[in-house]
Amino acid sequence: MAWELNSDRPIYMQIMDNIKFSIISGKYPCGDKLPSVRDLAHEAAVNPNTMQKALSELELTGLIQSNRTTGRFVTDDTGLISSVKKELATEYCSEFFEKLHSLGMTDNEIKELISDII
Amino acid sequence: MIPLLECRQLTKKYGSITALDNVSLTLNRGRIIGLLGPNASGKTTLIKLICGLLTPSSGEILINGFHPGPESKLKVAYLPDVSFLSEWMTVEQTFNYYRDFYSNFNIDKAYDMLSRLNINKSMKLKAMSKGTKEKVQLILTMSRNADLYCLDEPIGGVDPASRDYILDTIINNYNPEGTILISTHLISDIEKVLDEVVIIKQGTLFMYNSVDNIRENNGMSVDSLFREVFRC
Repeated sequence: MAWELNSDRPIYMQIMDNIKFSIISGKYPCGDKLPSVRDLAHEAAVNPNTMQKALSELELTGLIQSNRTTGRFVTDDTGLISSVKKELATEYCSEFFEKLHSLGMTDNEIKELISDII
Repeated sequence: MIPLLECRQLTKKYGSITALDNVSLTLNRGRIIGLLGPNASGKTTLIKLICGLLTPSSGEILINGFHPGPESKLKVAYLPDVSFLSEWMTVEQTFNYYRDFYSNFNIDKAYDMLSRLNINKSMKLKAMSKGTKEKVQLILTMSRNADLYCLDEPIGGVDPASRDYILDTIINNYNPEGTILISTHLISDIEKVLDEVVIIKQGTLFMYNSVDNIRENNGMSVDSLFREVFRC
């Protein structure tokens, strides 16, 4: 199944987000080897050059590390993974609040609603 | 390193009609490139010039540093936008024909793709639907071990599931030395497979850029950009 990619943002950024998500959610566990560029490109149904670019950019963030001879690995720094997780969760929350604010809800109403649901 | 394809001030006129006007373009290896443009913008003319089926009115074209000729024809695999095989042939006969013609035709690969697409090798071309014929022609082209693949409208008549398989084949055949040039109108279907796009407008080069740059600079997909630029 090809990865879901939307139309307006650069493809490599969407792939970065997708892989980031897979690392945080544990699909690619901490310290494990990632599939090869070719396999990932095939899975995502994107061009291998684009996948290569996404992985190189992710290396800059430290979330993945490349080892010259054995491929790319997910970082074994659990602290880094949890800080990226928090970052992403914060992003989701602010999107959520933005949406509810645009419906005309106040922060208190949102808080009430959340505690009702939980 | 010599670029794979170089067009220098390439112009092609058909009588009083200018199909390509002063196009200068250099394509590198290891890319999957979309050749886009509205109808009658010069896409097929450009591809035919690259394949040596037409000669330029002025300017020149170099493939691996050679003018189109026997050396370049071995290195360029061309898929025309029309049916080009004899209708009485069976699939098997077309495969043998290609094997005799091109030293770089990989017949095992062709049979492998044929079985993936569930096409019978003893079927005659005249008995085939438009889409099936297109698939056979694409198999013939992609089974050659070439440097430059020029695919003119390869997926137009093909159903969406087979289209996915064909795009998959293109991705899996990716080799860092080879480049695939695909002319198509089905931009949204193939956009995520492309590295770069060449857009031609009324015979001139309108844009040559990477898909990610276009998305980054314009905040929209290549498909949306195309619709905006060429709105009727």
